Amino acid sequence: MGRTTRTSSTRWRLGRWRTGVAALALATAGGLLAGCSSDGKPTLTWYLNPDGQDTLNAIAQRCSTDDYDIQTRLLPTSATDQRVQLARRLAAEDDTTDLMNLDVAFVSEFANAGWLLQLPDDTISDDTLSGIASTVQWDDGVYAAPLWANTQVLWYRKSLAEQAGLDMSQPVTWKQVIDAADSVDGATVGVQGNKYEAYVVWINALIEGAGGQILSDPEAGKDAEVDLDTEAGKDAAAVIAQLAGSSAAQSDLSVSNEGTALAAMYGGPGEFMVNWTFVYKNYEPSDANDYSKDQFDDLGWARYPQTVAGEASKPPVGGIDVGVGAYTQYPEYAQEAAACITSVENQVQLAVDAGLMPATSSGYDAQELTDAYPADLLDLYRRSIEDAGPRPQSPFWATVSSAIQATWHSPADVDPDTTPEKSQDYVTQVLEGKALL
Amino acid sequence: MSATTTASTAGTRAPRAETERARNENRLGRRLVAPAVIVMLLVTAFPILRALWLSFYSYSLTAPDDREFIGLSNYVTALTDSLFWRDIGVTVVYMLVTVAFELVIGFAFALVMHRVVFARGLIRTSILIPYGIITVVSGFAWQFAFTYQNGFVNSWLPFVPTDFNWFGDTLPAMIAIMVSEIWKTTPFMSLLLLAGLAQVSDDMVEAAKVDGATWWQRMYKVILPNMRAAIMVAVLFRALDAYRIFDNIFVMTAGAEGTESISFLTYRQSIEQFQLGMGSALAVLLFLSVLLVAFVIVKLFRVDLAQARGEG
Repeated sequence: MGRTTRTSSTRWRLGRWRTGVAALALATAGGLLAGCSSDGKPTLTWYLNPDGQDTLNAIAQRCSTDDYDIQTRLLPTSATDQRVQLARRLAAEDDTTDLMNLDVAFVSEFANAGWLLQLPDDTISDDTLSGIASTVQWDDGVYAAPLWANTQVLWYRKSLAEQAGLDMSQPVTWKQVIDAADSVDGATVGVQGNKYEAYVVWINALIEGAGGQILSDPEAGKDAEVDLDTEAGKDAAAVIAQLAGSSAAQSDLSVSNEGTALAAMYGGPGEFMVNWTFVYKNYEPSDANDYSKDQFDDLGWARYPQTVAGEASKPPVGGIDVGVGAYTQYPEYAQEAAACITSVENQVQLAVDAGLMPATSSGYDAQELTDAYPADLLDLYRRSIEDAGPRPQSPFWATVSSAIQATWHSPADVDPDTTPEKSQDYVTQVLEGKALL
Repeated sequence: MSATTTASTAGTRAPRAETERARNENRLGRRLVAPAVIVMLLVTAFPILRALWLSFYSYSLTAPDDREFIGLSNYVTALTDSLFWRDIGVTVVYMLVTVAFELVIGFAFALVMHRVVFARGLIRTSILIPYGIITVVSGFAWQFAFTYQNGFVNSWLPFVPTDFNWFGDTLPAMIAIMVSEIWKTTPFMSLLLLAGLAQVSDDMVEAAKVDGATWWQRMYKVILPNMRAAIMVAVLFRALDAYRIFDNIFVMTAGAEGTESISFLTYRQSIEQFQLGMGSALAVLLFLSVLLVAFVIVKLFRVDLAQARGEG
């Protein structure tokens, strides 16, 4: 190939290259304008977690106004992936992340990072159940609006409790529950023992129930005091060790989750199970399942078991808070939308349609809800969320939680004499950046 | 690439006589590669240097105000942590086992592709199909194959109980991951080896045959020694790839049961835990260990890289 030819052809290519760049620039500019709809009305983007998305989509429609539209985008299924995806957008100062559904465990982390817009203090009120209200507070401010609140209660077969001679009209302890299941051949206790967040939810509830807490000053961030190696930590470990070593443990204890424990309720003599509020609708006879009315009538519920006899239990609290992105182009609209989304009417709608329980006391009084659920169950939920022992509001909760999972899993290896001490050291080292997680 | 080759050949042909035209040519050449060099600097040098810089900090994405310079502390923490060395060990096992299997199977495939006389295109294509499949897809496919609920592996293997959980313990889970890795990348190995086989002159093989050498003798004394450079390139490429194994672990076990590789550890620190400082330190250590692996392989094969590239 001659050199002159090559040069001339390069010149021709350069010309093409310039045209290409111009086209690319035009395309990018076009893409940047996409945040607005064609009629110039702003569009707010609301990132949803998959629970109750049909109802949430309807809420998005209802809360769209003449000033703005709300469009929804779906986040991944697992809470960890939801957190990573939102964090990556917000760390890059994405101005299209206007509204987001946040698992209660991540609000303080996001608020501390400066990724959430501070909301007016009246976002929560006396009507907000205190267990969920504490999840949106960080550094004396309110950084998210509670959308729905979840809690765990003790589900059980009435016939099993009768057979084991356990009086369920009084508060029961973990020891009593495990002994009761142990005394009946084939009966089990269902918990969440897989190496994941819900296992730490259990551990946290056990420690809180014994009057302790995992972190005593979570707002100190990395310098927080770890309080696992305490009497409460040992009490909690004793419960886990007792269950893991008894015949009441389910065979898949070390990989059990909210779903795996469900089947044992009507297999054999049944089970005692700590689990979230969705359980009621799961067993209620419908087209989606084949549970009979007799079976359903045998289902009982009671307050979360006590870690220490005589000391009121601190049930877990979960749920979703709606946060407003710190980099949104429309902060006023987004705050207005967050208030609309989390209104009491919408909370009731979510509870009736999707079984996601309200975060407000007045939500529980709504006619639609009292029609759909037994009054004593609603009262149990409400009191459980009111008296809940939330996980520590630490910006490093995800790290603390993983470090606890690493030292407390599997349940069969938990030893009250060594596990709390070992985990105390490890969590402290990880927080200080002296150990890998 | 082609520009530099042309320039160097031109240079050897006319060593001293640098005409104005040649100078202009060179200037044009430099201008032509400049955009590529700038882009390369932006997309590779900048992130590498930034990672190096970040690795000296304690820096969490979620607590940007707490960022502080801590010198080599991240490196000290990583290098004195048992988890780091455990993951290095696991990674080396992945690398050694997968590359060994791929080398043997890949060589067999290369021989088949080289010798095949009928349906050449069809056979070559079938051998190469797994390489055209995305690693994540391969990971999911093999994960389904290995699960005891709906997979076929347990029922095909006579000595394995049908309810055996491959992902319940370290060794079986690593085997499952390595099977997916080997299945997916063996074709790449065989392609590189096929190129090496094609370089071996038929005359030499013919001569050995005339001298009465058996098939094995021809293989060991003639074909393999003449392919050494190609084998080295194949092993080097695959070993460095295998050392950075990530996708299959992510899909099949998410690092559970002690199947985590060093890349996965790095990913967890920087992406899941937002520990940019520690994550960067691990990334730098990963980079250094990759260099070490490359160095060891090059030394082991005692092959001149220039010769391997066909420049010698």
